[in-house]
Amino acid sequence: MNALTDLTLAEARAALVKRDVSAVELTQSFLTAIEALNPRLNAYITVTPEQALAQAHAAEAALARGEARPLTGIPLAIKDLFCTAGIRTTAASRILGNFVPPYESTVTANLLRDGAVFLGKANLDEFAMGSSNANSAFGGVENPWHREGEPDTALVPGGSSGGSAAAVAARLALGATATDTGGSIRQPAAFCGIAGIKPTYGRVSRFGIVAFASSLDQAGPVARTVEDCAILLGSMAGFDARDSTSADLPVPDFAAACARGVKGLRIGIPKEYRLDGMATEIEALWQQGIAWLRDAGATTVEISLPHTKYALPTYYIVAPAEASSNLARYDGVRFGLREEGEDLKDLYERTRRAGFGEEVRRRILIGTYVLSAGYYDAYYLKAQRVRALIKRDFDEAWGKVDAILTPATPSAAFGRDEKQNDPVAMYLNDVFTVTANLAGIPGLSVPAGLDAKGLPLGLQVLGRPFDEETVFAVGHAIERAARFTATPSLRAAA
Amino acid sequence: MSLDTATVRRVASLARIRVEEDELPRLQTELNDILGWIEQLQAVDTQGVEPMSGGGNQALRLREDRVTDGGIQQEVLANAPGRADVFFSVPKVVE
Repeated sequence: MNALTDLTLAEARAALVKRDVSAVELTQSFLTAIEALNPRLNAYITVTPEQALAQAHAAEAALARGEARPLTGIPLAIKDLFCTAGIRTTAASRILGNFVPPYESTVTANLLRDGAVFLGKANLDEFAMGSSNANSAFGGVENPWHREGEPDTALVPGGSSGGSAAAVAARLALGATATDTGGSIRQPAAFCGIAGIKPTYGRVSRFGIVAFASSLDQAGPVARTVEDCAILLGSMAGFDARDSTSADLPVPDFAAACARGVKGLRIGIPKEYRLDGMATEIEALWQQGIAWLRDAGATTVEISLPHTKYALPTYYIVAPAEASSNLARYDGVRFGLREEGEDLKDLYERTRRAGFGEEVRRRILIGTYVLSAGYYDAYYLKAQRVRALIKRDFDEAWGKVDAILTPATPSAAFGRDEKQNDPVAMYLNDVFTVTANLAGIPGLSVPAGLDAKGLPLGLQVLGRPFDEETVFAVGHAIERAARFTATPSLRAAA
Repeated sequence: MSLDTATVRRVASLARIRVEEDELPRLQTELNDILGWIEQLQAVDTQGVEPMSGGGNQALRLREDRVTDGGIQQEVLANAPGRADVFFSVPKVVE
């Protein structure tokens, strides 16, 4: 038998239920792997071995009684943006460096209800703002993948859910929670050669997730297979009265939807996603994806989403505006860091200067400016109107197609020292993913191939609101055709 | 629209973020680069388009107007960086 850390979540679940593997042994394998690799990868900010082993023992007892829940004994990483009762939750920010939530987020409560084991809290860009995980007060994360022949050149895992994606790729967890405001699940999943889905806005409760941009934020899973993502989303999703934007809809059997196939489905290929100067291997992979879906019985249709090129600038008004409002709560008074000052305003200003990192401060300033008197209409209202047009583009497309196929990212993972000094160049990472957040639709990133240097590349499947099932079916068909078996150079049991 | 130094200082004050004088030029350049890039939105014809304010397709629910939480004073205060008895402490505000 292979190392336990190489099992997929679905395989591990079957092995646990059959009692071929003990939950304690499984969790211990991951804790040992974390101990060996996390000092280099920095995928976890906080590791909770005692809690994990206690949960694993409880899972073992439940399995012995024949009381398996959907995730009993499954070891997961939790992005350090989800509040976990009694466990420090930092959002990778100095301002929340010592924050211990007295309550549990709905997502983590749902996972615990279903029997999951929490290995620890995964690293991220501060307040989920970033595409490289370099904006973490706890240090960057190293991508477990390396360019061929360059084992010492550290690459970024993407962001903001870089720790979640790196942990899963390196076999330091069977799956992880993540969040996606402009691509923060799908871009790191693509950079790390794993799958990740941002569900429809409202599918997963945001209660207890540290807020960045509330009209765009949505939680979802990352895992090594599409089916594993479907299993995790099934547990994470569901109506929650504590989130006023939570959708009161039943949760379908996402895992069953994976096997549906794509026969007869109409797949849209949006011409605006063909960028000038896009790497030829990204274009080639996209064409390959189109061919795979046709071979599996789908038809492909060229479609137009004419406002695509305005999505990123729209996002960089809407998201900072909401962030500047959401982050107003960090004032050095009720929780978090405090820097003393001469008076209350000075206390606020010193606290926020010391507590927020550079990118977070930059976005708060942009957000404050676009919401300020005299500029609100020109920037914020204008962006909200363009957002409506971006959503309308998709609404019209759903009359012609059942899902849309695009590349996940415009490039493979880049080096730690690249793009760090140019905010706008960094923002372009999300060019293919950000439209789904603005329109509120589901998007799945699937590992589909390698570039010339041996780094993973992903394809993205977009779907109708609340039709994650079709998205999973299409993603699974791509996964099956791609037969992506490459593994990162840094991983447990390598 | 280009930000001058005085505007950057004013925005930082509105955002309650301390900015040192020597940080201003770089910040001004970065913010202007971002705003210059955002400027392309002005080219989009949005005549008659309703602004989209939420993330979903559904109207927000209203919950029943009754108390559903409370009585957790110690939990609320547990993470306070400064407290006096059962209060948050702040520098003197009223002379």
